[in-house]
Amino acid sequence: MVNSKSAYSVAGKKQKNDTHIIVVWVDNEAGVLARVVGLFSGRGYNIESLAVAEVNQKENISRITIVTTGTPQVIDQIKLQLKKLVPVHKVADFKREDKNVIFKEMALFKFVANSEKLIKAFKACKNFNPVVLDETNKSKVIQITALRREIDKMSKNLTKFGLVSVSRTGAVAMTRGSDVFK
Amino acid sequence: MPKLYSGAEIVFKCLEDQNVSHIFGYPGGAVLPIYDELKNFNSIKHILVRHEQGAGHAAEGYARSSGKPGVLLVTSGPGATNAVTALTDAYMDSVPLVCITGQVPTHLIGTDAFQECDTTGITRPCTKHNWLVKDINDLAEIMHKAFEVATTGRPGPVLVDIPKDIQFQKTKYKNYQKVKKLNGKSHDNFSQKNIDDLIGLISKAKKPIFYTGGGVVNSGPKASELLRELVYATGFPITSTLQGLGCFPADDNQFLGMLGMHGTYEANNAMYSCDLMINIGARFDDRITGKIDEFSPKSKKVHIDIDPSSINKNVKVDLPIVGDIKSVLTSTLKTLKKSKKNFSKSNKHQISNWWEKIQKWRSKRSLDYIGSDETIKPQYAIERLYELTKDRDAYITTEVGQHQMWAAQHYKFNKPNRWMTSGGLGTMGYGLPAAVGVQIAHPKKLVVDIAGEASVLMTMQEMSTAVQYNLPIKIFILNNEYMGMVRQWQELLHDKNYSESYTAALPDFVKMAEAYGCVGIRAKTPEELDDKIIEMLNTDRPVIFDCLVDKQENCFPMIPSGKPHNQMLLGPKDQKEKKITGKGRTLV
Repeated sequence: MVNSKSAYSVAGKKQKNDTHIIVVWVDNEAGVLARVVGLFSGRGYNIESLAVAEVNQKENISRITIVTTGTPQVIDQIKLQLKKLVPVHKVADFKREDKNVIFKEMALFKFVANSEKLIKAFKACKNFNPVVLDETNKSKVIQITALRREIDKMSKNLTKFGLVSVSRTGAVAMTRGSDVFK
Repeated sequence: MPKLYSGAEIVFKCLEDQNVSHIFGYPGGAVLPIYDELKNFNSIKHILVRHEQGAGHAAEGYARSSGKPGVLLVTSGPGATNAVTALTDAYMDSVPLVCITGQVPTHLIGTDAFQECDTTGITRPCTKHNWLVKDINDLAEIMHKAFEVATTGRPGPVLVDIPKDIQFQKTKYKNYQKVKKLNGKSHDNFSQKNIDDLIGLISKAKKPIFYTGGGVVNSGPKASELLRELVYATGFPITSTLQGLGCFPADDNQFLGMLGMHGTYEANNAMYSCDLMINIGARFDDRITGKIDEFSPKSKKVHIDIDPSSINKNVKVDLPIVGDIKSVLTSTLKTLKKSKKNFSKSNKHQISNWWEKIQKWRSKRSLDYIGSDETIKPQYAIERLYELTKDRDAYITTEVGQHQMWAAQHYKFNKPNRWMTSGGLGTMGYGLPAAVGVQIAHPKKLVVDIAGEASVLMTMQEMSTAVQYNLPIKIFILNNEYMGMVRQWQELLHDKNYSESYTAALPDFVKMAEAYGCVGIRAKTPEELDDKIIEMLNTDRPVIFDCLVDKQENCFPMIPSGKPHNQMLLGPKDQKEKKITGKGRTLV
């Protein structure tokens, strides 16, 4: 090892990283997304995907869903740091493996191909609630909703059917059953 | 019809309602309407600084020494960016500041107008919260909320950015009513169970230690009183971080001195070997913990802090207690008195071995240095300064570097709020403007900035402020012509390659003092030092004291790189035996 001459301590033992979905309810005001995202970049946390929109117009509340990876200690810090932000109301945290939570992403696929391939493309999407949003005799735009890794896989497999463009959202999450996160 | 007030008037109405008596600032185009109103508000005195960073540090000194939030008022663009260092410093050291900045008129925002910058964008990571006021009707509410955010929970800086057109617009002003809770972010949420657990740990511990920090100061003078009561009631040893000095009397036998990189041998060894560590208002900073994997390996750790995000951030603790230190200590004392009467006596035997061990470490006398008759040793200078000022309830500020550590080691503080230093950010140039702020808050008190010649040159222009307002601050410069701490690391870690750490062409500080219209004093030998210090103390004007000290002196003891607390470098003699090599270099 080359002698480092940095003035700070070397990194300690590395722990295992987990993927978590963090949901943040915030006041929908100017700059609030920058505060949340800036906290992640400033403290060196990851953002895998991000989805944000106003969910309560009366009270001006937006819901931000962030997929992130980190050690348990880092995930804890993320939650605690988020809770300190003034416009943040509450923070929920789910593990990706959590069976009680539904995670979904939406993707739009554009295919340009002959009609035979276009039909195959639609069939290939059938497990993921496909909706045809636009159609010509040379092209098709299909919307699907699925898990992140399913969409990853689909976008790889569908190139053979003339997939030319993919647009997708970040994950959104909702708990199962009648419970509401307080 | 109710009276209408301009935005500028509302700013001052809010400051009045918040009982602000002093603001530190510097005018400029985008705050002219506010400056125009200044004359109509007699209860608020404006202190004109010479650089916006100076305004920020002065406000910090004011806040830290008085417990009240410090307020600064600066213009847009460069005014705001110059204040960023001070805001970051306040953020790191949890000092409540309210920074009011001017902004270009709303219709020009985003057009790269003259003196425009994205102030809220730039200061977002270095404030607790900031606001850009886009509607005159929001101004009063935002101003009051700014004070609330700055002073509640873990204190810190906030910023309110007010475009020039908003300062001119008019609206009604509603009288202010203090609200108690802020968005559910008050953090006094510990339970009696936490306290019972703490008492349980206290009564079982054989090798306990209190490790206290700046949170005790921030919790108010009452917290320091309670801390003393608790420490006496338990008979446990106590050590303090740099920011916590003064909460417990430094000349008390139970006090082990400061801990950390330049802490005492006994404090660091006790931290390493203890079986119970009670952290009160400190944050396990890397200058304290050293190598984290080997930090106090055998202890149960209790962490009392108002900020939940401080818990388990750097060091995993066994018993977190989230709350204001004052209320946690009140409950702890109450429970302790109820369940264990005369605990310190009944427990004396249980921790007697521990105290014996501590006395053994103490007998190393790790703060000793080799004296000299010819040159002034910097440690000696601070010792003499302490001896000659200890009966005067002095307020001490510092810059950053060797002199800061020597001041922390050799100046003994007995009261909180007497010690203002930049710990987290380590801002050279903090001390002089901070002294200005302290003197504003305490006009009759002795205020000394223990400085290094390199640091003090960074904000020297504020001497002009001190002269303007007749602030008799004393700038006590330990002048070794080097950036001493940089030189020390280069000596110990970089094979004495003193790259750019020597300041050639230093100014003549005595003549400089005269040029500013204050008093310059120089001390060259240990023999004349006392007389010169007394001369300084007897001068009722600002003084720059140029104390020529040993140029080679290093600051010891020191936890060398890559080492845990129990492996300290003690002094020049010890150093030869334990040369820092290899991986160790990274850790300093």
